Amino acid sequence: MEVTSVQNGIIIDHVPAGTALKVLEYLNIDPATTKLALIMNADSKRYGSKDIIKIEDDKDIDLDVLGFVARQATVDVVRGGQIVEKKQPNLPEHIVGVIRCVNPRCVTTTEPGIKQMFHLMHTDRHEYRCDYCDEEARF
Amino acid sequence: MVGKSVVTLDDLTTDQILDLLHKAEYIDSHRKQVAHTCEGRVLATLFYEPSTRTRLSFETAMLRLGGKVIGFAGAQLASVTKGESIADTLKTVSNYVDVVAIRHPKEGAALVASRAASVPVINAGDGGHMHPTQTLADLATLQSRFGRITNLTVGLCGDLTFGRTVHSLIETLCRFGNVRFVLISPDELKTPQYVIDRINATPSCSYVEVRDLASVIGDLDVLYMTRVQKERFFNEDDYLRLRDTYILDEAKMALAKPDMAVLHPLPRVNEIAVEVDDDPRAAYFEQVKNGMLMRMALESSVVGDELPGYEPLEGKEVKA
Repeated sequence: MEVTSVQNGIIIDHVPAGTALKVLEYLNIDPATTKLALIMNADSKRYGSKDIIKIEDDKDIDLDVLGFVARQATVDVVRGGQIVEKKQPNLPEHIVGVIRCVNPRCVTTTEPGIKQMFHLMHTDRHEYRCDYCDEEARF
Repeated sequence: MVGKSVVTLDDLTTDQILDLLHKAEYIDSHRKQVAHTCEGRVLATLFYEPSTRTRLSFETAMLRLGGKVIGFAGAQLASVTKGESIADTLKTVSNYVDVVAIRHPKEGAALVASRAASVPVINAGDGGHMHPTQTLADLATLQSRFGRITNLTVGLCGDLTFGRTVHSLIETLCRFGNVRFVLISPDELKTPQYVIDRINATPSCSYVEVRDLASVIGDLDVLYMTRVQKERFFNEDDYLRLRDTYILDEAKMALAKPDMAVLHPLPRVNEIAVEVDDDPRAAYFEQVKNGMLMRMALESSVVGDELPGYEPLEGKEVKA
């Protein structure tokens, strides 16, 4: 499979296989209005398989959100067809307004006007919990 | 602690918890001296679900400090039935009172309330999530029975999966350290991993998990009983097989140390036989008294009223 290289834009590499569309959704990137290429389930030496997202545009990627939903992903910044910068997202300590709490007993399911907030509980397990009810985050 | 909301016990430092324990002891022995401590203050008890004993405890605490109480019990009576949010209710009630105690069926409701209120909010139970003043009552009972809350072997028995009081007590005792936990439950109701992680992360604490109460009761300084609920089992046979194993009766008490303390968050159903009530080791009704004393200590502390004649713990030797 051949996809034309990005000239000026970004490449989000090492996205967990099969999750690229979900990652775009969390990053608030609309595939319907963005010039991008998705490569899904590509071979990866490190992970076996992976997704790659190539965006021909200066998209401002929220690295906290990317770290939250795709910890292993990397971001390559491309200028004139060359990678000029590599960014590695970190696990954010706190994440606001990205995912919803799945606990039906959580106050966020009924109280109007409050933001969904999660805090990092366990770095190695990539475990986040709801600020309100302490339910573990599920993607 | 003045102006501070208490949604979980993590909102308090260990020194503040020790000071509250010290205050509760002082209040118990100086009831008359402290009877006007909160004169002119008003407590609101906003109980969106019924919990008679907890509400009475919060209200009695303020009345015994000389303050007054307003509130509602049962959401059907409140403007919440007209669709008012927790935040709006708290913004309104903050204008009337000096401190709020809130109980709500939704988990996290107390945090929402504390962020909206301009006065201190005390969590009186938010669903199955947190009930910090219950844990304060538990700690006060250990303090009154043993004069310390560390260097103890603490057995927790029954439903260790869903019992929020159990998790909160373990996590809080881990903050003080030097506790050996004996976790007694059927396999179906074992302690969740995040609570085990908390014990493992505390070098001075350790734990064992067992199924049989009778085989370990002789090692315990404290036995914290909880109810094994039928609805937690996948099949009734398992429930019937295990139910009696976790009922505390005179026969099991005969195997225990002479100074062991039996605690229970109450209400009990049948997990502690009534015959045990007369045993001096039964501490569960004492726990209720300690709950009120700790709420007195907490309410007066967060509104900033000093107990007459009380000397803060700071600088004194602390037996922790």
